Amino acid sequence: MSSAPDRPGIVTPTKGRPYMNPYLAGIGLGLVLLAAFVLMGRGLGASGAFSSTASWVIDSAAPAHAAANEYYQGYIGDGSSHPLKAWLVFEVIGVAAGALLSGLLAGRVGFAVEKGPRAPTALRLACAFAGGGIMAFGAHLARGCTSGQALTGGALLNVGSWAFMIMVFVGGYAAAWFMRWQWR
Amino acid sequence: MAMSAPFYKYGMFGDEMSLVLAFVIGIGFGFFLERAGFGNARKLAAQFYLYDMSVFKVMFTAIVTALLGVTYLGWIGFLDLSQVYLVPTHLGPQLLGGLVLGIGFVVGGYCPGTSVAALATGRFDALVYAFGIFAGTILYAEVFPRIKGLVNADAMGQVTLPEVLNVPWGMLVFAVVLIAVCGFAAATWIEGRTGTGR
Repeated sequence: MSSAPDRPGIVTPTKGRPYMNPYLAGIGLGLVLLAAFVLMGRGLGASGAFSSTASWVIDSAAPAHAAANEYYQGYIGDGSSHPLKAWLVFEVIGVAAGALLSGLLAGRVGFAVEKGPRAPTALRLACAFAGGGIMAFGAHLARGCTSGQALTGGALLNVGSWAFMIMVFVGGYAAAWFMRWQWR
Repeated sequence: MAMSAPFYKYGMFGDEMSLVLAFVIGIGFGFFLERAGFGNARKLAAQFYLYDMSVFKVMFTAIVTALLGVTYLGWIGFLDLSQVYLVPTHLGPQLLGGLVLGIGFVVGGYCPGTSVAALATGRFDALVYAFGIFAGTILYAEVFPRIKGLVNADAMGQVTLPEVLNVPWGMLVFAVVLIAVCGFAAATWIEGRTGTGR
């Protein structure tokens, strides 16, 4: 099950130890997800933490503007609790800590810009910014991202999650040809 | 066995403890994302060029693991699945959202969760990507009042595939496992035939 020599395309880290076998990492991820179901009655997520943070920033910088907007209000609430005191915000801080721990243990932590050999760094960064923006729109339309919808809802046989997941792959493969300069 | 999970929903601990658990669960989530190589945009993007199908393999292994887990814990009467939160289905917006998100994945190289794993391990492109998410979120918030009708269209409520397709839960679990196993074999076969992708 390891990266056999007949599959030379398997991506390896630029420095540090090779990545974990995908099936073992998948089992680990699945058990973490199962623990969230059993302990909390909810799954994993990520984009919601960005929504809470963005709403808090707008509320701090322009409170009148945030108060007039239904979206921000949904995350700010009635003021009885801090907008960042949200389950997904704490979970995502944990994600950063867990990833750093794993990266340090494997010697993979270091400043880098990940891109294909032909992509200019400035263009790669412009695409990263644009991609994040596109992703934010998609995640909001779908009521969740790859973690909150595909992974969590996938394991619960949620109808919308499976529809979403199939379309993520369709969208990715449809756009891949136009982006090959960035990755290949 | 008396139903006792989800523990939070059964009142075993309060909100403060749930935030501590959020952090601990997040550590596990981030740890395995980085282990899998998902803190690296090259690894994630490779899925869409077919030479490294780790995204599919990790995701479907995780889905099958958690699905078998909830199914078993439900069958022995330990986990009350009706108390596990399901995101409501809005078919149209979710199909469109998936398509848009898939495009953003290839353009940006990450999804929100993996970008956090990547920026925590020093990837500058992931930091820029995260700022892109903030920009997109604020832009979305500004147009939200005008597109609210679209986002809330097709409301089907909290529904599962076994309910909609009218097949037993166990049958669908079996189908997902079968699809995953065949998919893993196909993915490995494809990886052996796409070279380095260059």
